[in-house]
Amino acid sequence: MTLKSLLAASIVALTPMSVLADELKIAVAANFLKTIETLSQGFEKQTGNTIKVSGGPTGKLYAQIENGAPFDIFFSADQKSTKKLEDDGKIKAGSRFIYAQGRLSLWMPNVPAGVEAADVLKKGDFKHIALANPKAAPYGVAAEQTLDKLGLLETLRPKFVMGENIGQTYQFVATGNAQMGFVAHSYTVDPKHVNTGSYWLVPLSYHSPLDQDVVVLKKAENSKTAQAFIDYVRSAEGKKIIEASGYTVPN
Amino acid sequence: MWHIFGVEIDPNPIWTTLSVALTTTLVLLIIGVPIAWKLARMTSRWKVLFEALVALPLVLPPTVLGFYLLISMNPNGMVAETLRFLGHPDGQLTFTFVGLVVGSVFYSLPFAVQPLMHAFEQVPQALLDAAKTMRANTASLFWQVILPLSRRGFLTAATLAFAHTVGEFGVVLMVGGNIPGETRMVSIAIFDHVESLEYAQAHVLSLIMLIFSFAVLLSVYGLNRKFDVKVG
Repeated sequence: MTLKSLLAASIVALTPMSVLADELKIAVAANFLKTIETLSQGFEKQTGNTIKVSGGPTGKLYAQIENGAPFDIFFSADQKSTKKLEDDGKIKAGSRFIYAQGRLSLWMPNVPAGVEAADVLKKGDFKHIALANPKAAPYGVAAEQTLDKLGLLETLRPKFVMGENIGQTYQFVATGNAQMGFVAHSYTVDPKHVNTGSYWLVPLSYHSPLDQDVVVLKKAENSKTAQAFIDYVRSAEGKKIIEASGYTVPN
Repeated sequence: MWHIFGVEIDPNPIWTTLSVALTTTLVLLIIGVPIAWKLARMTSRWKVLFEALVALPLVLPPTVLGFYLLISMNPNGMVAETLRFLGHPDGQLTFTFVGLVVGSVFYSLPFAVQPLMHAFEQVPQALLDAAKTMRANTASLFWQVILPLSRRGFLTAATLAFAHTVGEFGVVLMVGGNIPGETRMVSIAIFDHVESLEYAQAHVLSLIMLIFSFAVLLSVYGLNRKFDVKVG
């Protein structure tokens, strides 16, 4: 008996759950990565299943799924890619829904709390403002819409520096290379990420909704575990975790 | 805007990429020559240490290299402070053309230094000594002896440095800031097209890159054959 099979045998013998336990592969948009990890831990504890999470930019994950990536569930950052997958017949029928709405937030590490963000932006006393590239990320589109609403889009455009995703945008600000930036509220809500200066939680009326879709992929059409995870995400506990991470959950 | 196969292509990233790659190649040849020469002629046992140092950018993932550049070039850091002291208006290199060149110089350093070093190692010491007995100074040694003998090395170094910079992604991603007409390079533009599911644009832009790079490499390797120098 090889060591490997011995090990495998003892694991099976020691954990009765493992006979039933299943493994899920989940693709998740970068901005929701931290939250999905918290959700998976809760789910794993409840059910004994294992979840393997792959984070990345939505467009990349979409391209991978279209080309046969072995994911069971896809948490997207938008609705465009999930609708395309639905049109292409790559998802379990009827499985597409909005699991969270992102909130946009302007982080200003050098501005004390209590100062109006609109005034800071109008004054324009900074060299760079970071946002996600609107071509690559919905948060970038929302940031442009917000500035447009304030009538400052074209004035501030020369100060733009753009990250390819919301994480990179956060990095530009966190390393001091940009003086402020539009990030996901999932960052500003977390004191590990944002503990200096202040932030402005952009009202939902300033930009079109940042609806984030989830789909169960064709491969997991009949997987009870995949459905159980979706149910967990929609449960009261799941909703609480998502909201605590800086998102709104639509009813 | 260009229209190729009915697809609208913004040519700006192409110009930015070429400017960054050309400038980087020039800088690398200028700083690469003394480094490569020193390394080629070094006999000390410390040589391996310097060789390893020069090769390090090959190992480091570009985004990691870019991340450290992002940290070290931030406007409150030492680099910025030094530049301000030297008269630079605000000392910030990130999100600028110069910043991209600095990043690319680090990123492509081994690609320029290693071919030069190997070429210099082939220059016979006896030849240099003979030239010196004829009272050749350093400049004429370089232009009349070393350079003609290491033409292939220079050509390879320039080509590799150029090509490697054209294909750069990770470093540009981290320190560029994707500013149209300034720091948005082709690799980033392609990535953006893929991200926004504009596959037609991504394909056309990639095709332009491939044809252009292939043409450059082909002509250089063609030249290389002509330059075949025999020593001794």
